[in-house]
Amino acid sequence: MASMIRNPVTNANSDRSSQKKKKKKPSAAMSKENQQQSHAKWKSEAQQQIYSSKLIQALSQLSLNNNNTSSSPPSAPRPGRAVREAADRALAVAAKGRTRWSRAILTSRVKLKFRKQKRNRGSAAAKVGASVTVTGSNRSRKSRFSVSKLRAKSLPTVQRKVKVLGRLVPGCRKQPLPVILEEATDYIAALEMQVRAMSALADLLSGSGTVASSSSPPTS
Amino acid sequence: MSSRRSRSRQSGGSRITDDQIYDLVSKLQQLLPQVRNSHSDKVSAAKVLQETCNYVRSLHREVDDLSERLSELLATADSAQAAIIRSLLMQ
Repeated sequence: MASMIRNPVTNANSDRSSQKKKKKKPSAAMSKENQQQSHAKWKSEAQQQIYSSKLIQALSQLSLNNNNTSSSPPSAPRPGRAVREAADRALAVAAKGRTRWSRAILTSRVKLKFRKQKRNRGSAAAKVGASVTVTGSNRSRKSRFSVSKLRAKSLPTVQRKVKVLGRLVPGCRKQPLPVILEEATDYIAALEMQVRAMSALADLLSGSGTVASSSSPPTS
Repeated sequence: MSSRRSRSRQSGGSRITDDQIYDLVSKLQQLLPQVRNSHSDKVSAAKVLQETCNYVRSLHREVDDLSERLSELLATADSAQAAIIRSLLMQ
């Protein structure tokens, strides 16, 4: 199998020529360029800094809301879940809406707010319902796996596994196979960057917490 | 292998060849940390996909743990530290 070339320099040079030929060439060539670009994009330091600043803004807004409402932690979403949602939303914004999963994350937040209001009025187990809808396809293991087991005998192995992967990646549950694979490659690179940025931020916060107030910005 | 083509339910209308699928799967393989190091080209597509699902799940778990940690840190940290961090990142 031929090895993939992931050098971003060659991508930049061939990018312009491929962009002009975008309409004429088949989409396979374009998707290759996009994938190599996306992988380099999520690894770049600049992208991580952009994401970190967006995350900081979102988190500071979160902490302001928490402090204003009450001294005790908020009841309906746990603060950890709220941080996760803010981080996902910041990640989706950093993707600039070019991928399906980012658009799905951004649109799902609006749907979740409406769904949560309905569930609070309707069922008694409102908190459980909210948490289930918030997690979406990630954690609701009750009915999904039984349906997939029914279909498992008719679908070949690879298609079955791609469907499972499609449930993990947001917004890709009904997409055809190559779309899921493409989205998954970008999503994994984005998640890796998210982990890097969040762990750096957590180290920064915990480091400055132990050193008390002696930390000062390097340049003024 | 040929059954995949006849059973393809793609709504787009374009037939996806096995080569294209294998192409995309090998791209995924490049991203996975463990497969890249240990295996060579001789990994089946199903295994790569399984590893991908596991990797995505573990990344989700990691993000959850990090967000829990961040939420605890943010609860205790005061606004001065947040301002410091913001200024550090903006520069």
